[in-house]
Amino acid sequence: MWAPIMTEPVIAIRQLQGYYGESHVLHGVDLDVAAGEVITIIGRNGAGKTTTLRAIMGILENRQGSIRIQGRETIADPSERIARLGIGYVPEERGIYSSLDVMENLMLPPRLGPGGMSLDDIWQLFPNLLERRRSQGTRLSGGEQQMLAFARVLRTGANIFLLDEPTEGLAPVIVQQIGKAVEAMKAKGHTMILVEQNFRFAARLADRHYVMENGRVIDVIAKADVPSSLDKIKSYLGV
Amino acid sequence: MPIQALLGQLLVGLINGSFYAMMSIGLAIIFGLLGITNIAQGAFYMMGAFFSWLLLREAGIGYFYALVLSPLIVGLIGAAIERTLLRRVYKLPHEYGLLLTFGILTFTQGLFIYIFQTAGRPYPVPTELAGGFNLGFMFLPKYRAWVVIASLTTCFLVWYALEKTSLGRTLRAATENPTLTRAFGINVPALMTLGFGAGVALAGAAGVLAAPIYTVSPIMGADLIIVVFAIIVIGGMGSIMGAIVTSVSLGLLEGLAKVYYPQGSNMVVFVIMIAVLLLRPAGLFGREK
Amino acid sequence: MQDLHLPDRRSIPLLLAVLAIAIAAPFMFYPLFLTKVLCYALFASAFNLLLGSCNLLSFGHAAYFGASAYIAGHTAKAWGWPFEASILAGVATAAALGACFGYLAIRRQGIYFAMITLALAQMVYFLALQLPFTGAEDGLTSVPRGKVLGLFELDNPLTLYFTTLLIFICAIALIHRTTHSPFGQILHAIRDNEPRAISLGFEANRFKLQAFVLSAALAGLAGANKAIAFKLATLTDVHWTTSGSVILMTLLGGLGTLFGPIVGALVVVTLENYLADSGLPIQLVIGTIFILCILLFRRGIVGEAQAFLQRRRGKAD
Ligand SMILES: Nc1ncnc2c1ncn2[C@@H]1O[C@H](COP(=O)(O)OP(=O)(O)O)[C@@H](O)[C@H]1O
Ligand SMILES: [Mg+2]
Repeated sequence: MWAPIMTEPVIAIRQLQGYYGESHVLHGVDLDVAAGEVITIIGRNGAGKTTTLRAIMGILENRQGSIRIQGRETIADPSERIARLGIGYVPEERGIYSSLDVMENLMLPPRLGPGGMSLDDIWQLFPNLLERRRSQGTRLSGGEQQMLAFARVLRTGANIFLLDEPTEGLAPVIVQQIGKAVEAMKAKGHTMILVEQNFRFAARLADRHYVMENGRVIDVIAKADVPSSLDKIKSYLGV
Repeated sequence: MPIQALLGQLLVGLINGSFYAMMSIGLAIIFGLLGITNIAQGAFYMMGAFFSWLLLREAGIGYFYALVLSPLIVGLIGAAIERTLLRRVYKLPHEYGLLLTFGILTFTQGLFIYIFQTAGRPYPVPTELAGGFNLGFMFLPKYRAWVVIASLTTCFLVWYALEKTSLGRTLRAATENPTLTRAFGINVPALMTLGFGAGVALAGAAGVLAAPIYTVSPIMGADLIIVVFAIIVIGGMGSIMGAIVTSVSLGLLEGLAKVYYPQGSNMVVFVIMIAVLLLRPAGLFGREK
Repeated sequence: MQDLHLPDRRSIPLLLAVLAIAIAAPFMFYPLFLTKVLCYALFASAFNLLLGSCNLLSFGHAAYFGASAYIAGHTAKAWGWPFEASILAGVATAAALGACFGYLAIRRQGIYFAMITLALAQMVYFLALQLPFTGAEDGLTSVPRGKVLGLFELDNPLTLYFTTLLIFICAIALIHRTTHSPFGQILHAIRDNEPRAISLGFEANRFKLQAFVLSAALAGLAGANKAIAFKLATLTDVHWTTSGSVILMTLLGGLGTLFGPIVGALVVVTLENYLADSGLPIQLVIGTIFILCILLFRRGIVGEAQAFLQRRRGKAD
């Protein structure tokens, strides 16, 4: 089905359980991402995609099972230690700080590794941000906030990226811009997990698609099989 | 009314106001980062004064060294308290933080009373700052001028550090969204320890500055914190600059009251708090968390 | 929060047993000590009414307790008012003060509410320090106890104790009735979900204020009773340390339970009595218990006991 994985995957998740208080949300998620691979997690609203990313980041503290990142077990690690393994996280709600201006938002995350983008590269990619660098973070438009959330992790030198619905609610032009950024990151050999509702956007970028439902992975579709599986995918997504 | 008396009381008011400012910005930092209303702030103020008195008496370490050492010791004690006690109530409603720090306040006061008794102990004005300037219209004691300059400079530096430095940026981020800030690889729990240590060290520094003016005693900070709470109700904890301005203005108003209506001077702040609650229930810089 | 309902058949033997102990106690312990326990138990129950039913943490309940103590003491001493009238004067003062302070404090929520009540109470402290009739640092001393109903000398310790016990039982019954009345149900609804209660048409602030006044009045009842019983009203009665100690009694005994504040008051008053001669500052011990209580057993003695019984019952079923 999908390309065989030669070396140990960058992210290997086994039997992941996740809870919000009393409610059991993730029921044994299995997922692998190889180095340089881009995978997506797709599925209906409430399937557990965001929760899976939050569990990987350690934001969801109440989790069990195994999450190995670059060979290292992180299931019991605090969030900051997990991030230090070189992960850049763009949350679904974007997480722009209102008490920081755009520049401060951008400069906030510490360096996690070599090879992060320079400020010049970032201004080139997202010229709007340069213009508005002194504005309060939350004064930006939705699209600009998404760019900022993205730009923020590009600077850090992370080589694994978790992107939660980066195109949600954005105008097509901006979706294109984001798409270009994702492609550039892929070309650089970064590993990515992309949660996406916009399947057309996702299909172009990803090597494999994990389909989630009710807190479980119910199918995995390789890029090559996408054309023949369109009906199946449509029914998974309920569109 | 002789102008001397008026200016003299205004100076006292300014001094008290700058102590209030140091206490209240410490409280604001702590509340922002930890969600804890630190009623023990007065006890840390008392410790600051006591440690400088102890340093002088036990080790002959003078005022200017104490100005650094005392707040440092207070900050370390604060950090230890944060690690061992406060950390356990972060997930509970905010009231528990208030009650826990109330327990810490009561314990600390009891401990110092047990060791040192309640009697006040004088702390000498350092010789470098003894005497004063004759300004023609009033006599300005050097030490009092120093206290105003030192404490307001400290407040301004804290404001600057929070607003303009990368550490301040990180602290503001951790205050606003600790979870996400951690997910960027920033050690927020360590920042909380640091924030609490720094917040109580500010109170400790105010205590050192106060030692030569007020006598050093285990109960010296107890009533102070209540005034500072009233100031916070008036000004809110949302803005550091707001807290500084409110504190200093109220200190000055208290000074004025001492001249014109001395029997009510210790109630001025509370009366203003009542007025603010009636007219602007959310506070002057109203932003409530 | 499990209150003990009066109609609950299981609790009737318990209530009778407690009553029997209360009646027998003055023949085994000092009646004056027990009187003190009752006064503080009532004080703590009044505080608990506000915290338990409304989730309002007042950090200034000493103001009502102390103000009432001063007024009751003053009317009895300077104006020669009879016992009942002095008590009523104290209660009325506390209620009026509670109405003013409550009106101000409920304008803010949570931690600010606590700070405001603390600050307002400090004003009462300063007043007590400066007003001409309070005796400043010495306090109001040698308050005459007088006679209850004009018949029985309260200087007799047993009369004093049983009078206090009667007042106490009436007040606790009132608290119990209140928390289980429709009024109490509304308070609980507001406590659990204020926006929802408001959307159902309840004026949340009006109900909170009523609860506040009731709590202040009952704290006043305790203070007035205490002033007469001990012939004394002092600055300690209005000081924030007293506000703190009533919080501790409630918390230690069990927040939101009927018997918790009573047990808490018994423990704390006993402790204070023992420590008075030990040379160990009370604050050191109170502070330690406070910290342990918050960190280790937030349900308090009665709350933990109830939870334990419930677990056992759960296993038995
Ligand atoms: N903070 C939360 N508390 C409780 N339940 C939550 C929370 N966030 C999400 N959930 C529940 O967890 C499930 C998965 O949510 P989520 O991971 O956000 O789904 P997706 O991202 O796939 O739309 C949903 O049923 C949702 O209602
Ligand atoms: Mg989602």
